[in-house]
Amino acid sequence: MTKSLDIPPKGGFSFDLCRRNDMLEKKGLKAPTYLKTGTTIVGLVFKDGIILGADTRATEGPIVADKNCEKIHYMAPNIYCCGAGTAADTEAVTDMVSSQLQLHRYHTGRESRVVTALTLLKRHLFNYQGHVSAALVLGGVDITGPHLHTIYPHGSTDTLPFATMGSGSLAAMSVFESKYQENLTREQGVNLVVEAICAGIFNDLGSGSNVDVCVITRGNKEYLRNHLQPNPRTFVNPKGFTFSKKTEVLSTKITPLKEKVEIIEADAMEE
Amino acid sequence: MDQVDFNAPHSMGTTIIGVTYNGGVVLGADSRTSTGVYVANRASDKITKLTDNVYVCRSGSAADSQVVSDYVRYFLHQHTIQLGQPATVKVAANLVRLLAYNNKNNLQTGLIVGGWDKYEGGQIYGVPLGGTIVQQPFAIGGSGSSYLYGFFDQAWKEGMTQDEAEDLVKKAVSLAIARDGASGGVVRTVIINSEGVTRNFYPGDQLPIWHDELESHNSLLDILGAPEPMNI
Repeated sequence: MTKSLDIPPKGGFSFDLCRRNDMLEKKGLKAPTYLKTGTTIVGLVFKDGIILGADTRATEGPIVADKNCEKIHYMAPNIYCCGAGTAADTEAVTDMVSSQLQLHRYHTGRESRVVTALTLLKRHLFNYQGHVSAALVLGGVDITGPHLHTIYPHGSTDTLPFATMGSGSLAAMSVFESKYQENLTREQGVNLVVEAICAGIFNDLGSGSNVDVCVITRGNKEYLRNHLQPNPRTFVNPKGFTFSKKTEVLSTKITPLKEKVEIIEADAMEE
Repeated sequence: MDQVDFNAPHSMGTTIIGVTYNGGVVLGADSRTSTGVYVANRASDKITKLTDNVYVCRSGSAADSQVVSDYVRYFLHQHTIQLGQPATVKVAANLVRLLAYNNKNNLQTGLIVGGWDKYEGGQIYGVPLGGTIVQQPFAIGGSGSSYLYGFFDQAWKEGMTQDEAEDLVKKAVSLAIARDGASGGVVRTVIINSEGVTRNFYPGDQLPIWHDELESHNSLLDILGAPEPMNI
């Protein structure tokens, strides 16, 4: 029995390097950072459903990594989700849950519900104890009506008539807190969402570029990509961009395969 | 200015209360949820339903307390079907304790379970951080409770009426809101007795005014012409 102790371990993870990394970090080493979206994302409930909004700037520390990224993710035909935090995490977690929802729809033959998406997301995030840094605004319209939720990286959720997230959430919330009303029309709702996102774009360094909007109503949705472009390019090369030197084609030779194939008549196979 | 840290765990600096009276229990809570120094939700509901006759007041990490109450609600639902009758408050509180104790190294949450059943009437159980369970005539919890121990020692009486008990809860939560920065918003109460459950909601301008506080004024929102910021 004691011999089994001498057998080296076969499976499982090794956390040796984690201890090394902790030690290096204590000694002052800066670990490389992830691509984080300093973000403004918002959502609100209006008369006929849900409106979601997002800016389109992705940052890597002080560098703008993408000037026109998409932060409103597809979850189901009737459910969309805005993501803030680490870009890879928001993308991965929404993709994963939208697959689970699709399979669930194949299984049940019914439209997905917002609470289902909410539960799948919060369970995943809670399991990872905040290490999956995705802060989400989830909205959709299902059989039970319109729903809007916020989900934090640690897995807690809130249910609200209007919500903001990301580094621009304070600027956006100040707009909502002073102007949100119940039973807004579609036009009023979109205008308020655009105003809130613009507050983030102009007052928060982590947010910028354009405004994406998604309007979800019963049985219908409109994804308004780049609904507003408050920051058009000021200095555009009048000549335009040319990529003249493509790889040149020097010669072409086509060898038909058929000629090389030899068809041999043979006897039928016997048993 | 302090940096707003959105990676700070989302927690409920809270005031929660459970009080027994002759015939049932009154649960009370404020409505503030904060992320560091930012109020993430000013109208949250920290009194969560477990069964038709048992509710729980949540404090500490929002994520942890939601997970614990979600699991207990699920277990009690199964239990109620198997039993063919409503679960007792004791069973509910014991399930909360079981989860809180078994996972004590990974949870940061204090809960107060309150409810009514036909065997023992109205009961309050406190399940604090370590995962012990204590039956109490009244229980207080969260960061705001530090301001309330003395008050409850003085003001709580055996055999109060429902109205006396609810007034006590309302008064206590508003006192804590006035002194505890991490508590705020509105006061929510839940009354549970043999008749069923009553939910009440008291916005800030309907609460008593304490030492050094100002009368409620029309907010900036009213000046700007919005009829009301939010109806709950």
